[in-house]
Amino acid sequence: MRTSAKVRECESARVGTRLRTCLPAGANEFAAGNAQSPPSRTVADDAARWISPRIVRCSLASVIARLRTRRCGGRRTRPGRRVRAGGLCDFPAANSFAHGGGRHVAGSESQRASRGRRSRYSLFPIPYSLLFALAACSEGRAEPVVIDNTRAQPAAQLAAAAPAQPRTALRVCADPNNLPFSNQAGEGFENRIARLIGEEMGLPVEYTWHAQRRGFIRETLRAGACDLVVGVPSSFELVLPTRPYYRSTYVFVYRKSDGFRVASFDDPVLKEKRIGVHLVGDDGANTPPAHALATRGIIGANVRGYMLYGDYARPNPPADILAALGRGEIDVAIVWGPLAGYFVPRQKVAMEIVPVSPQIDVPFLPFVYDISMGVRRDDPGLKADVEQVMMRRRADIDAILREYGVPRVDRRRASASQEPR
Amino acid sequence: MRKVRECVSALVRQCARFHSRTYALTHSRTSVARYSLSPIPYSLLFALLLTAGCMDRAMTGEYGSRDAPPRLPALTQNFAPTTSNVTVPEDGQWTMPARDYASTRFSGLGEINTRNVRNLRLAWTWSDGNFYGHEGAPLVVGGTLYWVSPFPNQLYALDLTRPGAPLKWTYKPPVQMAAQGVACCDKVNRGAAYADGRIFFNTLDNQVVAVDAATGAEAWRVRVGDINRGETMTMAPLVVKGKVLVGNSGGEMGVRGWLTALDAGTGTIAWRAYSTGPDADVLIGPDFKPFYAQDRGTDLGVKSWPPGAWQQGGGTVWGWISYDPALDLVYYGTGNPGPWNPEQRPGDNKWTAGIFARDPDDGQARWFYQWSPHDVHDYDGINEQILLDLPIGGQTRRVLVRAERNGYVYVMDRATGQVLSADPFVHITSSLGVDLKTGTYLPNPNTSPRTGTVVRDICPAAPGAKDWQPTAFSPRTRLMYIPHNNLCMDYEAVEANYIAGTPYVGANVTMHAGPGGHRGEFTAWDPVRRKPAWKIRELFPVWSGALATAGDVVFYGTMDRWFRAVDATTGRILWQFRTASGIVGQPITFRGPDGKQYVAIFDGVGGWPGAVVSGDLSPEDPTSALGFTAAMADLPDHTEKGGTLYVFALP
Repeated sequence: MRTSAKVRECESARVGTRLRTCLPAGANEFAAGNAQSPPSRTVADDAARWISPRIVRCSLASVIARLRTRRCGGRRTRPGRRVRAGGLCDFPAANSFAHGGGRHVAGSESQRASRGRRSRYSLFPIPYSLLFALAACSEGRAEPVVIDNTRAQPAAQLAAAAPAQPRTALRVCADPNNLPFSNQAGEGFENRIARLIGEEMGLPVEYTWHAQRRGFIRETLRAGACDLVVGVPSSFELVLPTRPYYRSTYVFVYRKSDGFRVASFDDPVLKEKRIGVHLVGDDGANTPPAHALATRGIIGANVRGYMLYGDYARPNPPADILAALGRGEIDVAIVWGPLAGYFVPRQKVAMEIVPVSPQIDVPFLPFVYDISMGVRRDDPGLKADVEQVMMRRRADIDAILREYGVPRVDRRRASASQEPR
Repeated sequence: MRKVRECVSALVRQCARFHSRTYALTHSRTSVARYSLSPIPYSLLFALLLTAGCMDRAMTGEYGSRDAPPRLPALTQNFAPTTSNVTVPEDGQWTMPARDYASTRFSGLGEINTRNVRNLRLAWTWSDGNFYGHEGAPLVVGGTLYWVSPFPNQLYALDLTRPGAPLKWTYKPPVQMAAQGVACCDKVNRGAAYADGRIFFNTLDNQVVAVDAATGAEAWRVRVGDINRGETMTMAPLVVKGKVLVGNSGGEMGVRGWLTALDAGTGTIAWRAYSTGPDADVLIGPDFKPFYAQDRGTDLGVKSWPPGAWQQGGGTVWGWISYDPALDLVYYGTGNPGPWNPEQRPGDNKWTAGIFARDPDDGQARWFYQWSPHDVHDYDGINEQILLDLPIGGQTRRVLVRAERNGYVYVMDRATGQVLSADPFVHITSSLGVDLKTGTYLPNPNTSPRTGTVVRDICPAAPGAKDWQPTAFSPRTRLMYIPHNNLCMDYEAVEANYIAGTPYVGANVTMHAGPGGHRGEFTAWDPVRRKPAWKIRELFPVWSGALATAGDVVFYGTMDRWFRAVDATTGRILWQFRTASGIVGQPITFRGPDGKQYVAIFDGVGGWPGAVVSGDLSPEDPTSALGFTAAMADLPDHTEKGGTLYVFALP
């Protein structure tokens, strides 16, 4: 874009079409949107190009020659009139200027005669103004135009998209402290699935660990530190998602011994119970239950919030809400399904898990999410490979999810309640 | 304009001579009709070039250009322009980022003035080797310049007495690298403070450090917060009566905000005032006398929330503190309420998004006023407040002036907390005004974000009319110099996101330029007349601080790499310098050991609007950086990262 602006600038100087040569060599390739990475150019390179032969060609010589032709050639004067030609016509001929020699003298005899009486250049300002204009044009704007196509693609992506070095490992980005999904000891179901994919592809699994919060994708996957995230919402825009491999839902969790049942946000019993939800703190947006309760007027007195971030120094901070349910601080917890499916059997108190209803609240608040794996947007090759594995080993992946008690709403199951372990 | 007129008349005279000559040439009978390059295009070209040369060479097209040029009316009042709280006499030093307890950021040095600033030139430079956003202010004490870098917050001392300011020593605090994952908005540090032979500063991982200013030896280092709870620290401390006042960051992480005072000698915590919770935690006692009825009552820090929500209430204290020695009160603002979605935290959500006046000895609150009750727009209330004595209503009132995030310039009686005026300094759609009788902020219900709906053109956007970037005041011109934003935002809750494996629908916020199309402004505001004197439009939000001097020159920097000196009275740009990277820092001025006046500024773009560069965000994702990337996608075209100190002086 900048290149075409530059072309317009040069052309609009209205001192001749030769000024299009003001552009650096090869610039037109970039203007055409050629996606190839240009040779790396420094400001010094550009300066050298601007100052060197380019400036001489793109310059006075051709322009003044043209002007001289128009101005000084072919003018008729009445006989005897002394022509103070002045100005441009006193300027040495373009050829002599360019080549430092030669005397092509244009103009009529009387002009040449009068010109001979002047051996110095006229101080008439116009040629000097043109000089300045041309100099300004050839210097370019205050900042050198650097066409850098790499801006659109971070360097890491370029490296990843480069002609393939065969993959030597399956590099996975994961949270080191986030059961049931993953942890540094490899105990999460995303760890198990990553291991399965690695086996199928014949690659060892290597991890880049980073807490899964704001900046996670940018600092891991997009920085090129790793290539695969095992669980992302299928509509997550920062990655290229695979096909989904499970669909889960937010669930109500409550103590079995309490003797009530809740299956929907509209159940009146919710208004009387102490409810716990997870908090995200993303600019007023929160986990969907927090919003759904608010729209039904269930706010304040009975709603407690538990930060998803929690105390990261302790294991599995998002699970604190279920421990609170076990201790009796709340009566109902509304959490993301896989969390409940894993931790509820590990609580000392027996608890019931029920998927929430409705699955999507109006106007647009889903409680059901498809989960896919994610790769960088320019890495369709890995996406295809992973999808192949997901298809071939579907049964094994389902078995892992079943083992962890992930509540699923994408299979023809009568209920998504937790299977006995 | 006068200069342009002179140029044009000179041109006309020149052209007339030319025309008369060529008239003779062209209108002789024998001249050829096809004298195609007639005089007119020549003169036009000539005129254009001459005019271009005549124009203010600092004009950079649309940006850096002024609205409403000069001419303050003559003074009608015999008013001695002082601030009663400029307790630091002009000694050529810069011992705290705000210059003095009144936060004027005004220097009495006048060697550099409107006539000679155009000769200002670079004396020396220095880089701290760090590429995060450089929002801090250097300090100058005696013959030494001190600087705290962005994370990992290393303290440097440069020796100004030797040519080229060589490094004297470096102090490197041991820091937790994991703090970087917790900080919301670039790993900045806004500066240190000097008192009693020590330099005091905060680290991102919640340590307050005292270092001997002469030797660089650590005096004490105390951890006052926990990154595992989401707390970080970025603000510059203020040292008042032997106490170091510091505050925390992290409102989005469920952190409970506080202001803590540590003993400057030993580092022991003297008191801590929370921003939410029961009165005992907020240090509200019998001395608390808020001006307005809505702020009176017991335990409002609990009652104005749903039960228990105050425990994750936010109200962090990550901005600026001022101090009035005569009234013996410190003034500071609190951040926005978080992390609940607004519908789940009905009530005013005290004591967030407001300003406290406290006794520095024991932290007891004297009064409070809430800028934005039940804030829904992320309008943190932490900006700087300048303490001034101004003629209002025929008397001299002791006021504080605050260019607030929600778009109003507030003038308040700093003894009582009464709002004397609140006037918009940007285009506002998020509220309808401030009722001065009741002190009530009137939100606009049409621009409140609602789940599942699209709300457009909420002005000002989440960074506010002005974020942390501090204002300066000149007692000579009696104008405030406000670096600020011109941004609006659109809000949709449709984007799928996830934290710690848990998916949710996140707010899809994108920001864009406000009316006029420019994203930043530098405004000179008259707090007595309650209107702008002049404004300079800028391409990007003006995220740097301002500096005013007795030479009637005001300095500020832009994110597209200009460091500008403008005439304090007229706003005319007198000098500018193109730095290597965009500027988000605070300029200072000082007298060097050689007696000359120097002006210093760090470049190094970053902070929230600069995250697309300093955080390597992709410009293709407009919702990153909480929607700021949408408004800043072209920043990488103008600047890369940086981190260099520039020190200027007259030749």
